[in-house]
Amino acid sequence: MHFLANPARFLKFARPASAWLLSIGLLFAMVGIVAGLTLTPPDYLQGETVRILYIHVPAAWLGMAGWAGIAAASVSQLVWRHPLAAVAGRATAPAGATFAAICLITGSIWGRPTWGTWWEWDGRLTSMLILFFLYLGYIALASAERERGGEGRLAAIFGLVGAINLPIIHYSVLWWRTLHQGQSIGLGGSSIDSSILWPLPLTMVGFTGIFAAAVLMRMRAGLAEAKVEARMRRAAGQ
Amino acid sequence: MNPWPFVIAAYAVAIAATAALVLWAYATMRRAEAAADKLKRP
Repeated sequence: MHFLANPARFLKFARPASAWLLSIGLLFAMVGIVAGLTLTPPDYLQGETVRILYIHVPAAWLGMAGWAGIAAASVSQLVWRHPLAAVAGRATAPAGATFAAICLITGSIWGRPTWGTWWEWDGRLTSMLILFFLYLGYIALASAERERGGEGRLAAIFGLVGAINLPIIHYSVLWWRTLHQGQSIGLGGSSIDSSILWPLPLTMVGFTGIFAAAVLMRMRAGLAEAKVEARMRRAAGQ
Repeated sequence: MNPWPFVIAAYAVAIAATAALVLWAYATMRRAEAAADKLKRP
């Protein structure tokens, strides 16, 4: 990570990486979506609605991974004063918020035919909704700090404190046994039949690539905007 | 209950939101980099 601390070196890496990640991400996501919609059998209990899994699970993973990225950037900013950490945190938040919203909406759409309700104040759903609001708060705080010429330390502290919600989301299905089903995919394997499961890694890789490309593009935008602002400040001071 | 309208709606939301994110990130990047490039020109 320290290798990329230099913005010029980072841009040399980010320019080709954003294009490659976007291309690979789109390819994997498209193949996974087509496979998930046409090549897998319906579930014996959920029927056709099980197909929502191929977009809901990657969205949930990226919603949480986005905040883990913000927390890592916050540590990097507060401890090592990494020059790109604040830019990385600000760039990650809109992408994370988008995928947290996709997770909530697709889950709600899945819940109506499966559970008979659009929404339930269940531990998993509620903690995911809190994550979405945390993203909105982070975006507002980071923007306000940037406009006032701050270093983004308040947003970094908020990013670290908000990370408390990540284990709550993860363990919510164990702590509060309400409507959301327990963990069906773990490091040790999956309780989902392989005939249904196989397109999921494709959409996971695909949406992760798209997410990473969006973050890199936002970081490039952030660095370019900072360059223009610095030049304008210098010109105003002359 | 026919499940397909729900499946289609979920995919439409996911694809539209992802496309909006990528297009917004790309457009803001291009605009910002174009403004920064202008500074280099004499």
